[in-house]
Amino acid sequence: MSRVVTLKINGQDVSGREDETILQVARENGIDIPVLCYLEGLSAVGACRLCLVEVTGVSRLLPSCVTRVSEGMEVNTESERLQRYRRMIVELLFSEGNHICSVCVSNGHCELQNMAIKLRLDHIGMPYRFPVRQVDASHARYGLDPNRCILCTRCVRVCDEIEGAHTWDIMGRGINSQLISDMHTPWGESETCTSCGKCVQVCPTGALFVKGKSVAEMTKRPDFLPYLAMMRNRKNGS
Amino acid sequence: MSKKKIATIWMDGCSGCHMSFLDLDHRLLDLADLIEIVHSPIVDHKEFPPDVDVTLVEGAVSSDEDYEKIVKVRARTKILVAMGDCAVSANVPAMRNRFTPKALQEAVYLAPNMARPQLPHEAVPTLLPRVRPVHEVVKVDVFVPGCPPSNDTLFYVLSELIHGRMPDLSNKTRFGA
Amino acid sequence: MNLEDLHTIAQQHHEADSKLEHILYVCTGTACQSSRSEDVLKAIQAELKARGLEKKCAARPGGCQGLCARGPLANLDHGKRIYQHLTPEDASAVVDSFESEPPERIQLDKQLPFFTRQVRVATQGGGLIDPTDLESYIAAGGYTALLDSLMHKTPAEVLQEVVKSGLRGRGGGGYPTGLKWSTVAKAVQTPKYVIVNGDEGDPGAFMDRAVMEDYPFRVLEGMTLAAYAVGASQGYIYVRAEYPLAVKRLQNAIKQAQKQNLLGSNIGGTPFSFNVEIRLGAGAFVCGEETALIASIEGGRGVPRPRPPYPAESGLWGKPTLINNVETIANVVAIVQRGGDWFASIGTEKSKGTKVFALSGRINNTGLIEVPMGITLREVIFEIGGGIPSGKKFKAVQTGGPSGGCIPEQYLDMPVDYESLTRVGSIMGSGGMIVMDETSCMVDVAKYFMEFSMAESCGKCVPCRVGTAQMYDLLCKISEGRATLDDLALLESLCDMVKHTSLCGLGQSAPNPVISTLRFFRDEYLAHILDKRCPAGVCQMKPEVMEVHS
Repeated sequence: MSRVVTLKINGQDVSGREDETILQVARENGIDIPVLCYLEGLSAVGACRLCLVEVTGVSRLLPSCVTRVSEGMEVNTESERLQRYRRMIVELLFSEGNHICSVCVSNGHCELQNMAIKLRLDHIGMPYRFPVRQVDASHARYGLDPNRCILCTRCVRVCDEIEGAHTWDIMGRGINSQLISDMHTPWGESETCTSCGKCVQVCPTGALFVKGKSVAEMTKRPDFLPYLAMMRNRKNGS
Repeated sequence: MSKKKIATIWMDGCSGCHMSFLDLDHRLLDLADLIEIVHSPIVDHKEFPPDVDVTLVEGAVSSDEDYEKIVKVRARTKILVAMGDCAVSANVPAMRNRFTPKALQEAVYLAPNMARPQLPHEAVPTLLPRVRPVHEVVKVDVFVPGCPPSNDTLFYVLSELIHGRMPDLSNKTRFGA
Repeated sequence: MNLEDLHTIAQQHHEADSKLEHILYVCTGTACQSSRSEDVLKAIQAELKARGLEKKCAARPGGCQGLCARGPLANLDHGKRIYQHLTPEDASAVVDSFESEPPERIQLDKQLPFFTRQVRVATQGGGLIDPTDLESYIAAGGYTALLDSLMHKTPAEVLQEVVKSGLRGRGGGGYPTGLKWSTVAKAVQTPKYVIVNGDEGDPGAFMDRAVMEDYPFRVLEGMTLAAYAVGASQGYIYVRAEYPLAVKRLQNAIKQAQKQNLLGSNIGGTPFSFNVEIRLGAGAFVCGEETALIASIEGGRGVPRPRPPYPAESGLWGKPTLINNVETIANVVAIVQRGGDWFASIGTEKSKGTKVFALSGRINNTGLIEVPMGITLREVIFEIGGGIPSGKKFKAVQTGGPSGGCIPEQYLDMPVDYESLTRVGSIMGSGGMIVMDETSCMVDVAKYFMEFSMAESCGKCVPCRVGTAQMYDLLCKISEGRATLDDLALLESLCDMVKHTSLCGLGQSAPNPVISTLRFFRDEYLAHILDKRCPAGVCQMKPEVMEVHS
């Protein structure tokens, strides 16, 4: 059994179990911490760095999605510095790919776009890199447009951890990293893909989409995950 | 109060932002007492005048002509407004950035189904290797994302600027709106 | 094999050696091998045989003598004479000179500060141990520390010596080794693992390579001691595949140690068992980061994960894992042998012992040195390193590789220790020292390291993946005279952001070369930006305002 601890988030007294993360406790208390790679029901990887928070007495910024709460902890999620870093991270993401919201299937339903709105970005201060990336439309029902991919690896994790297929993974290093299916073969030829579509539903942008959807028509339903996670836990008897 | 000198220019974009501007309809008449449109694709002035108060820029910087134009406009404008996603982010015009200008022109002008395939050598500006948003070329004072920004948004932006205020657009528009 | 056997072997070895009139060790490290030192050794052995001297004189493969720039090197009669620039054709001259003076050309002054100023702990033996021969290592006192500990000391006592020594991690961070060990020792979960990190990847660094190539048995003994102290049963040496000789030597050492029961089950007849395997890295710099290294050993993509949990608590396959750098582990043997107090008597207040450095760049004596902590940079560069070639003026020394910084002339008299280097915006790092003279452009240097970090970023976290690419582009813009002061401001804010938001050490330290060159050489950046000019004449200006005609 985990102990219950009390802590302060943005000056507000809150309590949580000590096996909970700062992000979980914040959400339980209606405190919003921005995330892009985190998704409830999947393992946390701490990759997008948007959920970094300040903890009094710790010089480093800590990713709230993987940092556990502790007794007496004082957390700040909204400092001017954190806001500035978050804006820069989102600007970096926009500059990295080819995010053309106006013609995107996820326009209006995109977590990256929403993040830009939330952080009050009216333009991208980083030079656009305009990478050359090929669309994979080989799958019968779904499409992959890597121009819109932010490499959050939600699809990789949901395919591996929930569906158990591990069709997706990341290839290459650094700025040349890319999402691939199987051994970098067309998605439509995949022998592991079960066409379950979970990857599409958890994708925060329009990178993975259902074919036939036009501009702004692609809405995602990632809310099935906590349910699946619950069922899995029940099955494992925990 | 003297009338504010307003200009608009059109670079690499679909003219949708100007259509949205025209959609101000009767509100243009309301503004008429306050502003004078000194240069725009929708009025007939050949040379961009000096000492413009506000210039609304539609479109990305795509050709040598765009480049020369925006540098000149910047020098002659107090407040430069990037109007719409093409100006703000290079948007759809930037989709050609994956090709070289040469490959692009050949694909367009030398397509096999054309009656007389030939590359243009007059009256068509030279394409820059890459389409860029305006702020990567000159300083931009106000960003109005949207594809296109709504007429309400544009009206709000103009009204604020005319009255010497900086518009706060955080709840009014967004990329791709 | 027990302690007595060790003494017997050592004695026999010494007796056999004492019957020889001359012993010559020819360096067979990677640097000297690349200039044919193996052929030199063979030629000298053949010459000895031809002259019927093979019973009186021995020519053996040895380890690094340090002055790689003058290789192939050889050492006669434990330092009586040092040879340089040997070729196989010199074999007869070398053998002649056993009894007389050799030609000037191949003789190296053994009184050079390069040799006299060094203090060898991690590289104890000075290359005069045959790295392929366990008995040669035993003759030099090898494995007494281990067997003595296994028989007469408790794990806690071994650990205590390391704590007392004040040894800090030599891989870069400088974390107290004793503290790391005790954390793993305290962990309750089993099995526990010991990993030796030999994934040295900084440009200009080759300390660990030399230690693994020359003293593979010391690495094994050190990690076995560590395993005993923390209660681990399995060890891994993670070596990059680009170090084939180190891999070969370690493999050979493991085989020999296993055969002599110095590795494996019931080591030295004691209840303690420990096995070691080698894991090859594919040359990704980020795999030097401990969590990425662990992911790589587990067979996954070499990407780091957030800490905590630290490997000491949850490491390889989720088990408590001790990860030490090669040089750290090599120091352990001497510490256990001669006591933590002895080690702590070398060096400075907070940085104990010695440090191995790889000198490279614009310096006369390119090579490998081991010096006490607290020595000044001036002594390292101008005395041991022999100064700057062709009368050029010193400009800066880069320490810590892509995670470190450039230190200008005004700090040359600063002692080399963890804190001082950090204070001037650099880090100790793993020990690469790249010397730059007036012909180096600091913008170009920063650009070089940023290109490295960009290429080596694993791509997992956004600040490092995209931030390093953006910073590299901005540095290109500056170096080509296309940048504005706004670009410089953006570069500086990116440095701040990438440093404080990246997931692992690679990203967190990637901006350091820029931050430190901006701190000390801002005028050079401004010259590129405002005057469109490279003061050192390195960067080519391409000041087109817009890429109109390309």
